[in-house]
Amino acid sequence: MLSLTIIIVAACLCVALILNLWRLLIGPTVADRILALDTMYINAIALILLYGIYAESVLYFEAALLIAMLGFVSTAALCKYLLRGDIIE
Amino acid sequence: MLFPMPFHSFLLFVVWLLLNNSISAGHIVLAVFFAITIPWLVTGMRDEHPKIRKPWLAIRYICMVLKDILVANVEVALLIIGPTRKLNPAFVAVPIHLSTDLGITILASTVSLTPGTVSTEVSKDKAWLYIHALHLTNEAELIDSIKQRYEKPIKEIFGC
Amino acid sequence: MPFYLEIIICICLLIGGIFLLIGSYGLARLPDIYMRLHAPTKASTLGITGVLVASMVYQSHLKGAFSVQELLITLFLLITAPVAANMIAKTALHYRTKALDRTHGQELMETIRDRESPKPPSES
Repeated sequence: MLSLTIIIVAACLCVALILNLWRLLIGPTVADRILALDTMYINAIALILLYGIYAESVLYFEAALLIAMLGFVSTAALCKYLLRGDIIE
Repeated sequence: MLFPMPFHSFLLFVVWLLLNNSISAGHIVLAVFFAITIPWLVTGMRDEHPKIRKPWLAIRYICMVLKDILVANVEVALLIIGPTRKLNPAFVAVPIHLSTDLGITILASTVSLTPGTVSTEVSKDKAWLYIHALHLTNEAELIDSIKQRYEKPIKEIFGC
Repeated sequence: MPFYLEIIICICLLIGGIFLLIGSYGLARLPDIYMRLHAPTKASTLGITGVLVASMVYQSHLKGAFSVQELLITLFLLITAPVAANMIAKTALHYRTKALDRTHGQELMETIRDRESPKPPSES
């Protein structure tokens, strides 16, 4: 049952990532594209944790934590750059 | 002074143990070491923050917010799936009476996470919080619920 | 693995997957940037929490000891999601992105952009 659920959830996440990618490509403004990237990294964390369950390994937690931190920092840096034209003031 | 920032020391201790996912003696010693040295090193660089006056109220507030997040998430999910044409988005200005930056940050974060609203900006004089609502039914009611449900406890917790 | 654990993990995973999908669906579907902000900040937070709880239960079973590492990511995302949403909203306002025509209080947008207090007639 668990393996079936994992496949279903993985399919959900792949569709979610495709929708994000679509928004990233068409997104009329830069803010839309940043938002799409922001959602994409959250979905990527979920996908990695799912793979961790599938592979019965605890090693993927670190990767998920790193993506969470880098994802937030990159969103903040991109917004800051667009707002001020500079990352470090 | 051994603990210039007691709350941050506690946080460092817990996060270190969580990160290593163990409570072996070695990690506890290391966590205590970090909990003492890091605050001692950075205490000169920080801004002054208000103290938490009522810790029990703070814990109750966190529990209430977690419950609200769950309810709000389901509500917003239903709004997203439902017909878009019926949605009634709006920008709303909410008057706030919090004197500290930390209080305003917590209020803005709570507002973003809980009901169908996202906080967009705070006015320069820190008297107005601008929010965007996904589906506005009654403006006065929304402002009132934010003030009663979230602003009042924050005010009491920090005593300002 | 005991049956009840498998049930718990499956339910959490399904809740997580469905909410993440709804969040992304909202991102692709809603008509303007300010409305799109709502979908990922809210639906995705609950979705990722569901997947993390499932992972936590599973890893605890795998190790035979209580594993709470995953709470760290949940906590981190709960703190950062509103901040990221706020910064994206600021960016959109800074570039004078048009809101949907039927949005109420559009006269506020310039005031918000300049971080002024609302003018008396629009005071609510």
